[in-house]
Amino acid sequence: MNQNEFMQLVNPFKDKLFRVAKRLLVSTEEAEDATQEVLVKLWNRNESLEEYNSVEAVAMTMTKNYCLDQLKSRRASNMKIVHNNFTDREASLQQKVEDSDTWNWVEKIMNELPEQQKLIVQMRDIEEMEFEEISQILDMNEQAIRTALSRARKVIREKMIKTHHYGIG
Amino acid sequence: MASDRIEKLIEKYFEAETSIAEEKELKEYFASSDVAQHLEQYKPIFGYAVQAKQEQFNATIPLNTKKRSSVVWLSVAASVVVLLGVSLFTYNHYNQPKSNDLGTINDPEVAFRETQKALAMISEHVNKGIGSMSYLNEYEQSKNRIFKK
Repeated sequence: MNQNEFMQLVNPFKDKLFRVAKRLLVSTEEAEDATQEVLVKLWNRNESLEEYNSVEAVAMTMTKNYCLDQLKSRRASNMKIVHNNFTDREASLQQKVEDSDTWNWVEKIMNELPEQQKLIVQMRDIEEMEFEEISQILDMNEQAIRTALSRARKVIREKMIKTHHYGIG
Repeated sequence: MASDRIEKLIEKYFEAETSIAEEKELKEYFASSDVAQHLEQYKPIFGYAVQAKQEQFNATIPLNTKKRSSVVWLSVAASVVVLLGVSLFTYNHYNQPKSNDLGTINDPEVAFRETQKALAMISEHVNKGIGSMSYLNEYEQSKNRIFKK
């Protein structure tokens, strides 16, 4: 496989990988780095790529694992999580409420979810993937995914309603 | 679109029992302008999902692995050259052929005299060594005296 063929293979889902990485790592730069890393790893596996049924699922799994590793090592080294765009968002939070720009609220609420729920919500609600694909990537059974998804959606709803009323009151 | 159908879908949605098609229907409904007042609160959830899918990955993918490998080979080659250079230098330095040529004598008589001279020198030095050993006899004498042989 040459570079062009590889790019054609990767193009349909590279944005998806990036969004999943960003969901977990929050920072845009880190998500870009993670996506690059995963794609280069994939490129290095070039010869064995044909063996997989779905390269996309493999790439998603690699991205997930890579990001979780990043988060783990970040926690292990006791580094404080300081992202520029994270703090920026927080600074303008009050303004966002006034503008009733509630999309950012949803994003903020999603950032507070546990990692697994983040991944599930990202893949189901945003990327519109079937439960079967998600269960393959996360190595979980479908029922467990449904349970976690339902829980996450309800948490988002509750917090949304709270901020909604807060905005009115 | 009937809002009671949407309400049912929302209920199913929060139990995670909706299909992809139903979820798309919900997203479309909340993107439209005629959202029922009491459902307005769910608008951001579906709106955000649609908006979040727009984000794109714009960084380039560094796939020039071939270039990197040639750099690796270049450094390997360079180190081999340096190693060879150093080892050749030291080899030549320590193994320089010492000039063993001491000259030859063609006239047999002269050669005979020279050999005699050389042998005499050796015997002279050997005798000198023996002379300095003579006092070892003292030990022999005193040993005999002690053991009364």
